[in-house]
Order: sequence, then C-alpha cells, then structure tokens
Amino acid sequence: MAIEARNVTKRFGDFLALDDVSISVESGSLTGLLGPSGSGKSTLLRVIAGLETPDAGEVFISGKEATAVSPQKRGVGFVFQHYAPFTHMTVWDNIAFGLTIRRRPKDEIDTRVNELLELVQLKGLGKRYPSQLSGGQRQRMALARALAAEPELLLLDEPFGALDARVRQELREWLLRLHDEMHVTTIFVTHDQEEALEVADTVVVMNAGRVEQVAPPRELYDEPANAFVMSFVGPVNRLGETWVRPHDIEISHEPNGVTQEAQVERIVRLGFEVRVDLVRDDGERVHVQLTRNEAEVLELAPSDIVYVRTRRERTFSESDGSTRPAPASAS
Amino acid sequence: MTARRGIRAFSLAYLAIILIAPVTLIFWRAFEHGLHPFWAAISNANAVHALRLTLEITAIAVPLNTAFGILCALAIVRHRIPGMGFVNALVDLPLALSPVVVGLALYLLYGRDGWFGHWLLGHGVQVLFALPSMVLATIFVSLPFVVREVVPVLREIGTQQEEAAATLGASALTTFRRITLPAIRWAVAYGVVLTTARSLGEFGAVSIVSGGIAGRTQTLTQYVQASYENFDQTGAYAASVLLAALAITTLLLMTVVKRGDRSS
Repeated sequence: MAIEARNVTKRFGDFLALDDVSISVESGSLTGLLGPSGSGKSTLLRVIAGLETPDAGEVFISGKEATAVSPQKRGVGFVFQHYAPFTHMTVWDNIAFGLTIRRRPKDEIDTRVNELLELVQLKGLGKRYPSQLSGGQRQRMALARALAAEPELLLLDEPFGALDARVRQELREWLLRLHDEMHVTTIFVTHDQEEALEVADTVVVMNAGRVEQVAPPRELYDEPANAFVMSFVGPVNRLGETWVRPHDIEISHEPNGVTQEAQVERIVRLGFEVRVDLVRDDGERVHVQLTRNEAEVLELAPSDIVYVRTRRERTFSESDGSTRPAPASAS
Repeated sequence: MTARRGIRAFSLAYLAIILIAPVTLIFWRAFEHGLHPFWAAISNANAVHALRLTLEITAIAVPLNTAFGILCALAIVRHRIPGMGFVNALVDLPLALSPVVVGLALYLLYGRDGWFGHWLLGHGVQVLFALPSMVLATIFVSLPFVVREVVPVLREIGTQQEEAAATLGASALTTFRRITLPAIRWAVAYGVVLTTARSLGEFGAVSIVSGGIAGRTQTLTQYVQASYENFDQTGAYAASVLLAALAITTLLLMTVVKRGDRSS
C-alpha cells in the first residue's frame, strides 16, 4: 500500500472540506480523485502532500506514519493546477531545482535534466523562461520538475484544467504513456469525469467532503454505488425513483406492452452521436443517446410521436449513501 | 487631442512652478559666483561633518528598515498571526504622524527623566543629543517604505511557488533565498531607494533630538537651516545643492530599478 489516509478531517473556518475520509492507494497505480468543486478532492491531495495539516486523522506513505512530516521530507512530486513555475528561473533551472538544493554533483544534474527535457518533449527549450512557454509546455515543465528528484509519489492537482481541449487530450495520453514507463504511484485530481475514466485505473469519487465510491472506471460507470455517482459519472435521466443512462433507452415507432408514448422535441447531431430530447406522455422529459446508424434507421423528426422503453435502469435507496444527484453542470 | 494637450500643458506648468523652479533657483544661487565659493562652502569642516553624519545615519537606518520591512511584510502576508492586522495599520503611522511629534516622543522617552532615558543614562548610554537618537528618529520616519512596497508583491505572487519549492525538498530558508527573495527583489530595491531618500532628507524629528551642535550632531538638513539663519547664504545653498544631488542620484537609481523591474 503506497498511500493511506485514515479518517482525515479538515475544516476551513465553518467549511468542512474533508469529513472523515479514508482511502488507500496501491503502489504503482494511477488513481483519479473525481468530484465537483468544493468536494474536498484538492484538499485531500494537499493533505497527502503535507501542504495542509488535517484537523484529525492520519496519513501513511509507504507504510510510515507521515501526518506530521513536512512537505519537503515526504518525497512527493506535486504539480499545481497553474503549474507554479519559478518565474525568475529558466526551464532548465526550474527542472534542476530539486537536485541543486540537494547538492547533487553537476554532471548528474546535467544528465538528469537533459533526460527529463527529452521525456517531456522540451528539448532545446531549457534556456527559455516559463513566460515564453505555452500552457501545455509549462505543464510539462512542471511535471519534469516534480519528477526530477525521483519522488515515490506523484500528485497532480487538476493537471489539465487550464488547457484547451486538444492540448488536454494530448497530455492525457502522454501522462498515460509516462505512467506506463515510470510506474511511479500517481494521484491526480479532476472534476472531469471523462478524464478520470480515461486516465485512471482507480477512481475515487468525492462529494461534499466524503468519499462516495472507489472503483475501476468501468465498474464506476456500470455499477454506481449511489445516485450521486450515477449522475456525476456520465449523463443520466431521472425518471421518478429510477435512474437511466441516455443510451439505455430504446426508441421505436410501434408500441408494445412495455413502451410509453413520447413526443420528439429536439434532435442534436454531434458526429457519431445523436441526442434526442423527448417528452413522455406522463410529462417526464427524457434524453436519449443514439448512434448515427440507429438514428438513420429511425428517421426521427421533431414532434414525431414515438414509443420508448428502458433497457436498463437503477434505483437507489437511502442506505446507498448520497441520494442527492450531482449538480446539473457536471453531467 | 486638445484635451490631451491641455492636460500635458497643465501638468508641465504645475511641475515647473512647484518643482523645477525652486530646484533650479537653488543650483543657480549656489553657483552664482562660480565654483570656488561653492567648493569653499562645502569643504568647510562643519559641512563635511554634517554630510558624513547624514550618510552614517542613512547607512544604519536603511539596512535595519530593509530587514524589518521584509520580515514584517512576510508576517503580514504569509503568516496569519493574530494581531498582524493591527501591525499592518501601525506601519503607516510614520506617514501620518508629523516628524516633530516623533522627535518629541523620543525626547520624552530618552530624556533624563524619560522611561528609558533614566535607566540608559544610569548605565552610561547617551541616546539624546547623540547618534543613537538621530538613528532612531530616522528609522521611525522611514519605516513604512519597504513594507509598503513588498506587501502587495508578496500578495500578488501568492504561495504556490513557495509550496512547489517545499514539495521539491527545499527548507524554509532555501525557499526564502531561492524563491521568495528573487520574486520580491525589485520591490525591495524600490523600498530601499525610497527609504534612503527619506532618511537623507529627514529634518523634523532629528532636529528635535539631535541638539544640532555644529560639527557634532548636525545633519546636512540641519546644516542648511543653521547656515541660512546665520546669513551664510552661500553655505546654505551649497549644502542644499549637495542634498539635491544626493536626491537626484537616488532618483536615477530608482529609474534603473524600474527598468530592471520591467525587463524581468
């Protein structure tokens, strides 16, 4: 077990950021902390790094109690959301920082920094200043800097949050490859469920300072522990007491015993995916996801009367934990 | 267009009347009869002593206020110590308080019957009418400048770079030396220039505590006043030119600092 947090509680004034949180992270894993803003995910990461002291609870790093250990002695690499570059130092000096303060021999530093510059694809940019780099380059520099002193643990706070969509996608793939090569235990924070599902091998879903579920991405999507996870991880319809994914709804032109009548309100074509908004005869609004082929076969048009049935639905009880849905912006 | 020209004309005229005319007049009066009388006036033993004393006081006050200013700014911005809000407000007091009041307060504290003065005199330490009180007065009046320059810059740079340094294994001292200090260096330089200018020009507080004994406890500003009162106009103008020259040098340094600030 690389990292363990036991019953960690942290308050900022009246705000309860972490409420008795316990997680354990396998050595060599790539774990995503997923949750809406204010869910406590960044605070948990900062507690693991030693940048925040928990009000209660303990943190273990590689089996050793580390709750009171200062950040500089934890052997963690931390990448900040806004990169926190040392603005008055060149890229080279930024990356070398962790080594120069440890007074490593000059040749060793030279070799290591050049290696890292190559690894993060910044070769030839060592003499630049952070202000002369693009967002993506700055982020990679921050990663190289965090990796320089060979940390046991790499912590990334919303690593791709401030980048545009395409660079974000590139960096995700790059981080995955990097993790495959280096096998350093990595925890990253994100509010983007797609990013968590794509990059992490284990996802910790957090909400209002608590852990809602810890599971591999597929299990999280298919077997959400409660309504919050269901609605936060992927789009969802709430129909009375049941929860249905938009792609688990079938549309047909003919009624049969289990279907319900509905009227097409709107059709949005997004390349391969087609989204259809319906209003059922009981007044419930339903979002449906079809593939382009399915949509073409159905030949739907607005105000058509169709018949819908759900292929797969879920219900949650109070005992499943949080029954409150995630905020709408998240889905 | 006309409005912009009007604003420019007004500000230039204002500066000419308020600033340029008096300074030019001082220079003109000092060199009215050529270089020789000027040189004679400033090479007079009392003038040389006054200049040296002013520079001495400045050389003590500026480093002390710089160190205090940086520490105080760090305490105000970085450490939420209870009472720091009060300190933050208190730092501005020397800007609001008349130097004469400061001088009087020091006089009461360190005088023969003052709280500290009685004890210090008993132990053979002469504060009033000597260098210590003049340094204290100068430190008091030039206290806010470094703090006021550094505080906003510390706020602006935030804590992330310092946190990053800590996670990379840097101790608090290393973080300060390698990360914080380079980030605030231009603000500190700015503050030092302002503190220096203020210390060189200080008159009110020092004139109350120093006694103004020519050749012993007379600073350059006091020398100007004494010369003027003794109808030694050439002496007064010459010493004024010296002060103005020091001030202009400081301002030029500030311009250099500003340029460095922009290029970083």
